Amino acid sequence: MNIIFILLQVFLLLAVAPLISGLITKVKNNLRMRQGASIFQPYYNLGKLFSKGEVISVNASWIFRAAPFIALGSMLAALFLVPGFVSVEYAGDFLVLIFLFGLGRFFLSLAGLDTASAFGGMGSSREMFIASLAEPVIFLAIFALSLQYGSTSLSVLNNTHLLSVTGLASSAALFMVILAETSRLPVDNQETHLELTMIHEAIDLEYSGRRLGLIELSAYLKQLIWFILLANIIFPVGLPASFAAWQLLIWALVFMGRIFILSILIAFLEVSIAKMRLLRVTDFFTFAISLALIALGSAMFRL
Amino acid sequence: MISLLFDPLSLFFIFVIFLVAIPAAIYSIGYLKKDYSQGKIILAWVLFFAFVLSMLLVVTVSNVFIFLIVWEVMSLVSYFLVVFDSTHEKSISAGLIYVVMTHIGTAFLIAAFMIMANFAGSFEFSALKSACQTMPYQLRNLIFILLLIGFGTKAGLVPLHIWLPYAHPQAPSHISSLMSGVMIKTAIYGIIRFIILILGVSALWWGILILVLAGASCLVGIIYALVERDLKKLLAYSSVENIGIIFLGLGLSIFFFKLGMFYLAVFALAASLYHLVNHAIFKGLLFLGAGSVYQATGTRDIEKMGGLIKVMPWTSACFLVGAMAIAAIPPLNGFVSEWLTLQAFFLGAFSVSGGLKLFLGIGAVVLALTGGLAAACFVKAFGLTFLALPRTSLAQEAKEISLSMKFGMAILALLTLVFGLAAAVIIKVLVKISGFAFSIDISNMKFGLNNFVLSPECGNQVYLSVPLLAGLILFSVILTVIIYFVGKKTKSVAYNTWDCGYYKLDARNEYTAIGFSKPFRIAFSFFLMSYKKIQKTRDSFYHIKSFIYETNTKSVFKEYIYKPLVNFVLRAAKFMRRAQAGSIHIYIGYIFAAIILLLVFMNRF
Repeated sequence: MNIIFILLQVFLLLAVAPLISGLITKVKNNLRMRQGASIFQPYYNLGKLFSKGEVISVNASWIFRAAPFIALGSMLAALFLVPGFVSVEYAGDFLVLIFLFGLGRFFLSLAGLDTASAFGGMGSSREMFIASLAEPVIFLAIFALSLQYGSTSLSVLNNTHLLSVTGLASSAALFMVILAETSRLPVDNQETHLELTMIHEAIDLEYSGRRLGLIELSAYLKQLIWFILLANIIFPVGLPASFAAWQLLIWALVFMGRIFILSILIAFLEVSIAKMRLLRVTDFFTFAISLALIALGSAMFRL
Repeated sequence: MISLLFDPLSLFFIFVIFLVAIPAAIYSIGYLKKDYSQGKIILAWVLFFAFVLSMLLVVTVSNVFIFLIVWEVMSLVSYFLVVFDSTHEKSISAGLIYVVMTHIGTAFLIAAFMIMANFAGSFEFSALKSACQTMPYQLRNLIFILLLIGFGTKAGLVPLHIWLPYAHPQAPSHISSLMSGVMIKTAIYGIIRFIILILGVSALWWGILILVLAGASCLVGIIYALVERDLKKLLAYSSVENIGIIFLGLGLSIFFFKLGMFYLAVFALAASLYHLVNHAIFKGLLFLGAGSVYQATGTRDIEKMGGLIKVMPWTSACFLVGAMAIAAIPPLNGFVSEWLTLQAFFLGAFSVSGGLKLFLGIGAVVLALTGGLAAACFVKAFGLTFLALPRTSLAQEAKEISLSMKFGMAILALLTLVFGLAAAVIIKVLVKISGFAFSIDISNMKFGLNNFVLSPECGNQVYLSVPLLAGLILFSVILTVIIYFVGKKTKSVAYNTWDCGYYKLDARNEYTAIGFSKPFRIAFSFFLMSYKKIQKTRDSFYHIKSFIYETNTKSVFKEYIYKPLVNFVLRAAKFMRRAQAGSIHIYIGYIFAAIILLLVFMNRF
């Protein structure tokens, strides 16, 4: 029974993931006084990609062919760990989730190098650079939170709500990390294909058709997982009181509502700031790690 | 009469030695046959067995005097192996650095052992142990420092790591894998045996000092590895990093033990031992892989490789597994031990108070940053060596290696997976060993198949079930494949990489190793002291005839610690040379003066 619920939850989240990006793009367009595409545009894009043929570089090896499957596979595996209306915590904790993200990133970065294109290599180098700077921030923020909650378990974060300096500061630090991890401004820009600035887009430049669809889907999933984790820290909803239909519905509305609010917030942020030069990203992460240190300091005094 | 010791600690290290030595021996059958003459092959086997035997003796003897002798034998045999390819000019200088550094380390060990033996009146471990309990506090601190320097030199702990990136890559590859995989671990054995078991942990700052040095090793090792373009040297620097991670666990265990958190101490030491055996496996594997690449291409320079995945599918698959393991990618073994070490930090910070929380937090951050950089480093190492197009004809003409070499690597590749999946069983065994090292009863520690409960100090449960996680990943990937094939079939064509309309894309357009590490070089420029030189020769104002661009990094340690030290020694030697005038009369005068002095000395005392 439990397995069915877990699978159901994973499929529902998988289905809803592209919607977040659609929403952010729509809000951004409206803020710029444009009509904008429908919020279902990501689904249309995926549909288009899945019905097109692919071109695979003659230079590519099996790494290039396998990477999209591993990228999406690792995100799906991570999705199993994310607490929703059922909690699946016994496979791993918050740290394991971060390591799982590492699996997908590792293969995508290799795939970027595989086609012998300078863009791909540039993208992998930058992606690994940013990820390696983001990692200490993530771990320090979780460290501070775990001091307060007593565990790095994901379900603990979702059940206890403590409005505290630690919680706020580490949420702020994680928020900055999320901007970087989901290729948002000011670290990366999803709207451009300019060689000099793109990071994530450069890695999958050589992909097309269904494999590109898989990579895009994995990016949507990663974004959704990060949003859920952050929402769980700021405003945890716990598990639904019972599995009665109306209670589940209300719970689901609250659960997704938080994520939509977060998306709108990011849309506002993205239209109001400019992209940073790549090497300024170190300053960005220095600021984030300072926030995480504040979180740790305040956790020491139980603030 | 030499008596050997087979307690759990020794048995563990014997296990680790065989774990790497057997695959390395199998590998060397094919490796040696290709490049060496018959006489050299026999010599290589003799030295190999002598090396393994000396390491086995180091971890089993029960007498410090004998320990020093076998330790020295191990150092000397490994020196001969470092200079084995004596036709390389680098081998001789690498051997020199190695033999000097290792003897400096041994000198400190001799001093420590002499003090201990003098105090105990015996060389036996058991006698030393009982004597150390009554030893004055200051003397213990002194011995700790001496032992740390002595064993730290062998382990390659920063700032004593200087020999490691020269010596390890220079030996034949199956020996490199033994040196990096196992030999430096004998130093960890020494520290556990002599500091924890015999000397007894007696001050908190011991743990803190080890943690600080370990953190420095982690970062220094991985940053140098990132900017390195010699494949084997990159692996050697990464050994410095991994020794740092092992020392982090070790330092934590001493730290917790002194704070009275005995279960956490046992847990941290178990995590450290776990990383030790894991590092032995995957670093052994990576060095064997690098050796295969070296044999196939004749170069160790990453910039000259590329595209090897197509001609060397076996080597590349094994190297990929090793790279994933060392980059802590689940569900392989490196991930498990790194997760355990991080958990040791977390659980510890939960129990300690005040500033120590902050200290542990920063320790965890160092480990996290190291992990992130290691992933980047091994994306570079694998990606640029094996993927894309071959950059030179060396890489283009490479051939797959012989069967025994493949077999040796495949064993280790399989072990990375086994040691990841069997985490729950292995951690139970390791906890017994570390319980033995600290003489702590561990029967109250609970380790379920998928949860670790460190009662009663931390009531909280932490979950990690590696088999379940591996199952989830596998299931998800299968699901992804199903998603891929759902619906109408689409066609797939092979075509050139997009070239921006440029008519011919070749290997010169690829990203390079130096380009890959550029962001890191700039971000860590304060430490790497990277510089560039541009030299232009002009025909006229308008035309540049030739253009030389050079960019490189300088080693802080060589520049500011070792260079001044060597200069000082040389200056001192020059000064002393004045006494050696070469005239026989003066020498007779010296002898006469010495006899007079001795007579006076004998009379007075």
